[in-house]
Amino acid sequence: MVDVQFRFRDDETVNDPAVTVDSFSEQSNATAVRLEPGDDARELLPHLDRLSLIEVSFPAWTDGRGYSSARILREAGYAGEMRAVGDLVIDMLHHLRRCGFDAFAPDKALNEEDARTAFDRWENVYQATVVDGRPAIWAKRHPA
Amino acid sequence: MYKYDEYDQQMVDTRVAEFRDQVRRRLAGDLTEDQFKPLRLQNGLYLQLHAYMLRVAVPYGTLNSAQMTLLGDIADKYDRGYGHFTTRQNIQYNWIKLEDTPDILAELAKVEMHAIQTSGNCIRNISSDQFAGAAADEIVDPRPYAELLRQWSSFHPEFLVLPRKFKIAVIASEKDRAAMRLHDIGIRMVRNDAGEIGAQFYAGGGMGRTPMIAPLIRDFVPLDQLITFSEACLRVYNRYGRRDNKYKARIKILVHELGRDEYVRQVEEEFAHLLTQPIEPPLAELERIKAHFTGPAYDSAASDDLDLTDPDFRLWVERNTHAHKQAGYVIATVSLKPVGGIPGDATADQIRLMAKLAKDYSFDELRVTHAQNIVFPHVKKADLYTVWQALDEAGLSTANLDTVGDIIACPGLDYCSLANARSIPVAQKISERFGSAKRQAEIGELKLKISGCINACGHHHAGHIGILGVDKKGLENYQLLFGGSEGADTSLAKIIGPGFTEDGVVDAIEKATEVYLANKQGEERFLDTYRRIGMDPFKEAIYG
Amino acid sequence: MKILTGNDLKTGAVIWWTGVGWSLDVNESADVGDHGAALAAREEGAQNVVGAYVVDGEKTAEGIRPAHIKERIRALGPTVRLDLTREASNPAAADWVI
Repeated sequence: MVDVQFRFRDDETVNDPAVTVDSFSEQSNATAVRLEPGDDARELLPHLDRLSLIEVSFPAWTDGRGYSSARILREAGYAGEMRAVGDLVIDMLHHLRRCGFDAFAPDKALNEEDARTAFDRWENVYQATVVDGRPAIWAKRHPA
Repeated sequence: MYKYDEYDQQMVDTRVAEFRDQVRRRLAGDLTEDQFKPLRLQNGLYLQLHAYMLRVAVPYGTLNSAQMTLLGDIADKYDRGYGHFTTRQNIQYNWIKLEDTPDILAELAKVEMHAIQTSGNCIRNISSDQFAGAAADEIVDPRPYAELLRQWSSFHPEFLVLPRKFKIAVIASEKDRAAMRLHDIGIRMVRNDAGEIGAQFYAGGGMGRTPMIAPLIRDFVPLDQLITFSEACLRVYNRYGRRDNKYKARIKILVHELGRDEYVRQVEEEFAHLLTQPIEPPLAELERIKAHFTGPAYDSAASDDLDLTDPDFRLWVERNTHAHKQAGYVIATVSLKPVGGIPGDATADQIRLMAKLAKDYSFDELRVTHAQNIVFPHVKKADLYTVWQALDEAGLSTANLDTVGDIIACPGLDYCSLANARSIPVAQKISERFGSAKRQAEIGELKLKISGCINACGHHHAGHIGILGVDKKGLENYQLLFGGSEGADTSLAKIIGPGFTEDGVVDAIEKATEVYLANKQGEERFLDTYRRIGMDPFKEAIYG
Repeated sequence: MKILTGNDLKTGAVIWWTGVGWSLDVNESADVGDHGAALAAREEGAQNVVGAYVVDGEKTAEGIRPAHIKERIRALGPTVRLDLTREASNPAAADWVI
């Protein structure tokens, strides 16, 4: 059980054990699932209403597949906790958040101050991920 | 050209602050080198053979004189008095200190420049046609679209940890002056039957160990879907590009292994999904960017006359200038390949001189070409002789554009820790062997490209003649390839046989030019004769 | 002999392990024997060096000569800009490399 070091949700931290994507389809009462980099996030789309926690595993922070997984799930309407787990580095926290992660459980605790700075680093963003709710610079340039 | 607004300026300033902090944490021991390396790479900072090397971005190869002047000043202040212009339209400095780099980036930010994503497993500098905005054959100026994509790709949160680097080129003419189909994504702006502008997309091109020409994946993407379609292409790559083997991680491998049709199917599926998401900027944003590229205030009365009595000037005009779409103007290319010189290098003084000339005579604009030369895109014919004289005084008037003397060479083993062999001395020897104007005129157009290792930064696969440096039992050895082309008739060069020593490869090239001249028909270039008669006559002459 | 080379973290300068510290001069290189990898790890951990690796070298009358041309170029500087090398005043310096 990894510790969630940073969380951006108002509800209670979900503590249910996360099962693998393969097991999830067989266990009708599981509410938490863990996505490995090679898993297809879209396999979860029919089950989103059952899920209150999706863990996305980053065995190595240099494997960026989890960013797409998270964003795909959020684009599909998943509103539960999206937790980044594993080899998380301070310099990617902001980008993880933009892809829809709202909870962060690094293998090794990160420096709190450096992490806060990283989360708040970018006041503006060039592109819309939609899932982070932030207007892109082009939206600010051309208010509707 | 594009000018930053407050948002753009804030982004580069934020990036400087971020990197300054990353360096602080590195030097304090809070980051190991393994953790820091990907971060510094995304700011263009390599650890190289002699020192750190910094690669500064020149977005789609366009810059103004204030920017060019600063590039010269940086060479003096932080480096050893010179810079190297690269095959991706950027500039590199070879003797940089890590502790200086945050300050360098801060100075660059003051003139709207940066080193963002010029290395690392992310979307790199988007390149374009060096004649954009000046060439008569373009449908539109491709650079606004490149700028739209630049902003989209900068710090894109989903695509900063790709399987490998990602290179995009944007052109807008039938003639491909940017080697578009040898990119991970190549885009050609076109007009459809209804007269609307849109984008042709190619994906899966590249050089390196396994060179491939990008297949067409979409005939026409409307302007209001450019970002959405690009995002679909990248997402499929991020999800399915190989991560098990660094040498098989580019998108060209994915497209090749899936097959073009399957890759297209996956992209179209993702595209259909992403169209439901409001990620596309409004067309007003493209219009806003385009407004920066309306073209200079030409003198409509500019004379088309040119006094060519000076024979040296005449030769330079014939070789190094191209017709401009505006009467009375020319596009002038400054060769950074003096006879026996180092291809693509320029001293700080030369860089500042080119900046001044651009300011005075080219509407304050310059271009960097992927052949490692500099372009003044809009020179009035009436000013051309003055420009040439100033270039001549500074050793910048070599009249060898696209000839055997206009060699493209990577830095090679003299500078690069990835290299297997030196490339610059080979370039120098070839340049000297073919140094005479008479010989160059005789041989005509010949694009010769040299890479010091299989990473192919010298683009040797795209050379009419390509040279690849290898390590043969600890000694430098050179493979010779013929028949590559980066134009609309893109082809990959083929190796001709066993490799040569440094002197041997120069002799072999000389023999090859003799075979060409002996067999040439009509106006054929070396490439055309080779394509017509094949490899055998060349092999026979070279290997006996 | 086995010699250990790397770059200075802050400046990027090429440095060589002398047995007690790091030098800009390849001729001060020590024979690290089998201990190169362990030394590299220790020195990188202490931030005294970055990108350290072991190569073959031989002691000659003129000094220590790395076995491969790549490290000889590292030791001297670019062969095409002798003015920027560690022996800028010696026009024959590149002969030692090649």
